[in-house]
Amino acid sequence: MLEFLKNPILTFQEFIVLAGRTIRGVFRKPYYWDDVFTQMDLIGIGSLPVVLLTGFFSGAVMALQMSRALQTYGASSQVGQIVAITLVREMGPVLTALMVAGRNASGMASELGSMKVTEQIDAMRALGTDPVMKLVKPRVLATSVVLPLLTVLADFVGIVGGWLVACVLLSLTTSAQYWSNSWRALEYNDITQGLLKPFVFAIVLSLVGCYYGMRTTGGTQGVGRSTTQAVVVASVWVVVLTFIIGRIFVSM
Amino acid sequence: MPDSSSPVVLAFDRVSLSFGGETVLREVSFAMRRGESMIVLGAAGSGKTVLLKTALGLLTATSGRIELFGEDVTGLDEQAWYERRSHVGVLFQEGGLFDSLTIEENVAYPMLNQPRLACPEEEVIRRVQESLNFVELGHTLEKFPSELSGGMRRRVGIARAIVTQPDLLLYDSPTAGLDPITANTIIALIIKGRDMRHATTFMVTHRYQDGQLLAGFHHDEATGQLLPVNGQRETGRTHYLVLREGAVVFDGSATELEASRDPYVRRFVRREEGA
Ligand SMILES: Nc1ncnc2c1ncn2[C@@H]1O[C@H](COP(=O)(O)OP(=O)(O)OP(=O)(O)O)[C@@H](O)[C@H]1O
Ligand SMILES: [Mg+2]
Repeated sequence: MLEFLKNPILTFQEFIVLAGRTIRGVFRKPYYWDDVFTQMDLIGIGSLPVVLLTGFFSGAVMALQMSRALQTYGASSQVGQIVAITLVREMGPVLTALMVAGRNASGMASELGSMKVTEQIDAMRALGTDPVMKLVKPRVLATSVVLPLLTVLADFVGIVGGWLVACVLLSLTTSAQYWSNSWRALEYNDITQGLLKPFVFAIVLSLVGCYYGMRTTGGTQGVGRSTTQAVVVASVWVVVLTFIIGRIFVSM
Repeated sequence: MPDSSSPVVLAFDRVSLSFGGETVLREVSFAMRRGESMIVLGAAGSGKTVLLKTALGLLTATSGRIELFGEDVTGLDEQAWYERRSHVGVLFQEGGLFDSLTIEENVAYPMLNQPRLACPEEEVIRRVQESLNFVELGHTLEKFPSELSGGMRRRVGIARAIVTQPDLLLYDSPTAGLDPITANTIIALIIKGRDMRHATTFMVTHRYQDGQLLAGFHHDEATGQLLPVNGQRETGRTHYLVLREGAVVFDGSATELEASRDPYVRRFVRREEGA
């Protein structure tokens, strides 16, 4: 039993050490801004299409599924409210984070993993740069700026998707009612939760990607293994964290 | 000529290292004085790369004492290591060239990132060009590592190792995976680099022949040719270290190596004689 737990605990410990070094590093020089902007471009612009598509269709699907239930209660006009709240609080942050985990946590793990097995990480240390500052910090900074922005966009196109289904396709309610309902439904609390979540997810998923990349061993095969592990672990963290953060907000 | 009064550049004193439960270095001890060359032989997985990385502080020894440039560096923290490493040039087995940077940027990297070596941009450009000319790749500045052949990448690695004019050079299997002619060109460059700056050279290799060349030839500055060293082979300029499963099983001169009766050691000497 103890043997069985030893590996995950050691891994978690190493992860926390990397997280600690990175977070301390955020407040220290040097800053490699070029790398930060490259990563922002890669994550932000690169993930935009897939994030928008996911957002749009999750809003549309939600409106579709809710329509029947709402009609039963004669509450069709409430569809905007439901779509907006669910998207902003939960679906937007989680789905966007899962997409970015699949695209970018894996990308980070495979990029850093290949650098590790070709001794580029060793070369960095040998030639005067700290890989945590040069590789990990820019990725964490870039992700934590870009993921909340992507989430806001996903939320918005999701509400548009809901509107198309509710008002244009099914004529459940009027456009004016849909928009004013969804706008009024959102409280300060929802917005905070909807922005805090992607920020936390961003830090965790970029750190997970970098961590699995940096600890790659065993050549090209090892890179494949790290990539898979990074996506799986990052995705699991996203769903676990959304529950934990949600729990904190519900009890507040 | 180095002798026993030259300062010690790199010394290991009963250094052991293990990963988890697996011991990779076992009580390794040796010393290199300024201007000496050391050739490390050993089977695949015998710990040669680990030994080299431990000398640079990239891996941390589990026990034992390491001395670099006459200073005890055992247990130094990462920040303090950066300064020490700026005095050492290194060529990694897997190359370690940055894929995302051009050849010029790769070679300039240590010059730009080590605070100790900070200098004006023109000086960096000059040094980089000089270093690339040295390895006869002065025309590839704008290319990326992926556009070069294996032998050329190795040469870029050498250029990057010597651009800072280090006092100690570490080469990890510089000829691995190269054809014999390219391999000899690489060794010729290493000899040239050693003799022009009298740098202390630590070379890991699979080929006994590489050691013979390093020990038996010197670079003649007047003609730019490699000439055999006559009668100087016994002066102790070149040491051999043979590793077996992380332990030093031989430490001595070329003559002693050739006279060794140890079957494991003989394998390295004999195998290459036939080749
Ligand atoms: N980061 C690491 N984690 C765990 N074990 C390692 C690590 N690096 C090396 N080893 C182990 O240490 C031993 C020595 O490896 P090393 O790379 O030094 O061999 P080598 O002598 O350089 O071999 P080769 O000639 O193939 O390059 C091997 O058994 C290897 O599996
Ligand atoms: Mg090796």
